[in-house]
Amino acid sequence: MNDTNEIIVCRDVHKWYDSFHVLKGINLTVKRREVVVVFGPSGSGKSTFIRCINRLEEHQRGHIFVDGVELTNDIRNIETIRSEVGMVFQQFNLFPHLTVIQNITLAPFWVRRTPKEKSRELAMQLLTRVGIPEQADKYPGQLSGGQQQRVAIARALAMQPRIMLFDEPTSALDPEMIKEVLDVMTELAQSGMTIVAVTHEMGFARAVADRMIFFDKGEIVEQGAPDQIFNNPQNDRTKLFLSQILNH
Amino acid sequence: MTTVEIKPPILVVGPLAWLRKNLFSTWYNALFTFVALWALYSFLQPALLWSQTEARWGVIEANLTLFMIGQYPREQLWRVWLVIYLLAGLIGLSWGVWKDAARGFAVIGLGAGAAFALLCFFFGWESWSHWLIACTTLLILYLVGRYLPYASFLTTVCWILYFPGVFLLIAGSARIASLPPVEMGAWGGLLLTLLLTIVGNFGSLPLGVLLALGRRSKLPIVKYFCIGYIEIIRGVPLVTILYMADILLPLFLPVDVRPDRVLRAMMGFILFEAAYQAENVRGGLQSINRGQYEAAQALGLSGTLSTVLIILPQALRAVVPALFNSFISLFKDTSLVAIIGLFDVLRIGRSVLAQSEWLGTHREVFLFAFFIYWGFNLAFTYGSRRVEEALGVGKR
Ligand SMILES: Nc1ncnc2c1ncn2[C@@H]1O[C@H](COP(=O)(O)OP(=O)(O)OP(=O)(O)O)[C@@H](O)[C@H]1O
Ligand SMILES: [Mg+2]
Repeated sequence: MNDTNEIIVCRDVHKWYDSFHVLKGINLTVKRREVVVVFGPSGSGKSTFIRCINRLEEHQRGHIFVDGVELTNDIRNIETIRSEVGMVFQQFNLFPHLTVIQNITLAPFWVRRTPKEKSRELAMQLLTRVGIPEQADKYPGQLSGGQQQRVAIARALAMQPRIMLFDEPTSALDPEMIKEVLDVMTELAQSGMTIVAVTHEMGFARAVADRMIFFDKGEIVEQGAPDQIFNNPQNDRTKLFLSQILNH
Repeated sequence: MTTVEIKPPILVVGPLAWLRKNLFSTWYNALFTFVALWALYSFLQPALLWSQTEARWGVIEANLTLFMIGQYPREQLWRVWLVIYLLAGLIGLSWGVWKDAARGFAVIGLGAGAAFALLCFFFGWESWSHWLIACTTLLILYLVGRYLPYASFLTTVCWILYFPGVFLLIAGSARIASLPPVEMGAWGGLLLTLLLTIVGNFGSLPLGVLLALGRRSKLPIVKYFCIGYIEIIRGVPLVTILYMADILLPLFLPVDVRPDRVLRAMMGFILFEAAYQAENVRGGLQSINRGQYEAAQALGLSGTLSTVLIILPQALRAVVPALFNSFISLFKDTSLVAIIGLFDVLRIGRSVLAQSEWLGTHREVFLFAFFIYWGFNLAFTYGSRRVEEALGVGKR
C-alpha cells in the first residue's frame, strides 16, 4: 500500500477545536531519514499538527499513517506508535521526582521490559551522546535549561524511536544554551534519524533540513528545500514572514 | 582543604542573640516581653499551686492501665507491648534506611520511650523495662537498616505488613493457640483511640486516591458516582456517619456477616475520611502540569502506568501536609465513638469519674486527657515536619 520509504503519510488531515478550524487539510509525506523543519506564525497550528502525529491530539478527518500503521482510536495502535515516535517539548517536561537516569530508563523498563542493567547502560550511552554523563544522578531541577532539554532528548531516544518530533525545543532556552541543544539535534540528523521539528532556528534549518514547510492559518502554504525557501520563496506570506524573522 | 572553620560569633546567631533579636529588640518590645511573662505567671500560678497541693493525681496512677487499654485482658497485655516493640523496630529500621525523612519520628520515639522508662522507674512501675526494650529495639534496627540490602523495598513491605499484623495480634484468632481471640468490646482507652486513628487513616487513603482518580475519569458513571459519594459524605457530620455505620451498615451486609461494633466504627471512619482524602489528593492531581501527562503518553506509557509512576507520586508528595493534617483531625475525631458506646480514652476518663473513691477529680482526669491528645499531636506534628522537609515539599 505505502511505499516503504514513506514513514509518515498525512492525507487531508483536518482538526477543529470546537468550531475553530485549526488544521485545514494537511497533506504531507515524510521519507525515512528525512529532516523536515516546520515554521510559521504563532497560532498557525504547527504544534497541533506535530502533536497529531503521535496522537497527543486527535484529528477529525483524513488519515495519518506512521510506519504503515494508521492512527485510529485503537489504543494498542496508539501506544505502539507512541513508543516508536520520540517527542521533545518546548517546556522539557522531565519528571521532577525522578533522577536524570530514572527519567531515561523509566519507559524502556516499563514499556519495553528492558532489564534494569541494560537500560541503565543504554541510558549512560545516551547521556554521553548528548554530552552530560556526569549529571546522571541529579534531579531535573538541579540542571540548567539546556541540560534539561538534552536529558529530554536522551529520554526520547531511549525508546529507540524511528522518528523524532521536536516542538520548539529551543524557544524556552537562554541564548547561550540554544547551541548545545541544536548541536545534539544536528548530530541526530546526521546519524540518519527521521526528524520533524517545529523551530524558528533558521541557521539550523539551513544547515540540516532536507525540506522546510511553511505553515499559516492551518494550511501548508509553501514547501521546498531550504535553498529555495530562503532564496526564492514563491508565496507572499512566506516572503513576509521570512523577512520578519530574518531581519532582527 | 586548608580552609579554617570559624565558629559564628555568639551574639549574632546564638541563643542570646535570638533573645535579643526577638524579645528585647526595642524598649517597647522588652516591656511587652515582661508584661507577657508576668501575665503568664499570674495565670498559671494558681494552677501550678493546685497541681502541687490539692490535686489527687492518684486517680491517674490507679487507673493508668484502664486509660491505656480499657478492658483488654490484663494477662494478654504482652501483645500490646509486642505491638509497641514492633513499632519501635520499624521506626528504627526506617530511620536507618530513609535517614532524614524518618529521623523526626525516630527522635520522638526514642525520646518518648526513654522518658516513659525513666518515669516508670521513678514511680516504681514495672513497665520501665518494656520501654527500655522498645528503645533498644529501635536502635538495633537502625543499625540493621543502615546495612540492609534492598532496604527501601523491604522496609515498605514491613510497614504494609505491620498494620494487618497489629490487628491480628490485638484481635487474636481462634486458630492460633497462643493468640486467643479478644472480643473487640474489650478494646478501649488509648489503644482503641490509636487503632481507630491508624485504621481510619491508612484504610481511607487508598480509597481516597481511587475516588480522586475516579472523579477525573472520562467514564460518566464512574465520575458521577465518585462526585456523588464525596459530596454526600462531606455534606453530613461525622456523628451521623458513625450512627449510620453502627445502625444501618448491618442492613446492607449479608445476614451472616455481623461485624463487631468496633469494626463498624472503623468502617465508618474509613468511609468518612475517604471523602476528605479524595479532595486532598484531587488538589494534588490538579497541581500537576499537563505536560507531565503528555510526556508520559509520548513515551508510550499506558494510562495506568503514567498515573502510578508519574502522576500519583508527584500529586501525593504535593499534598503531604494536607494528608498529615487530616491524620491529626481524625485522631481527635475518634473521641466521637463514645456516642455509639465505645470506650476511647476520653470516655474511659468519664467512667473513672464515676468510681466512688475518685469522685470530683474532673480536673485531674481531663487535664490528663488533654495532655495525651496534645502530646501525641505535638510529637506527630514534629515528626511530619521532618518528613515534609526531607521530601522537599514546598521547595521545588
Ligand atoms: N486545547 C485547545 N483548545 C482550543 N483552542 C486551542 C487549543 N490548543 C490550541 N488552540 C488554538 O489553536 C490554534 C493553533 O495552536 P497551536 O498551538 O497549534 O499553534 P502554533 O502554531 O504551535 O503556535 P505557537 O508558535 O504560538 O506555538 C491557536 O489559535 C490556539 O489558540
Ligand atoms: Mg506551538
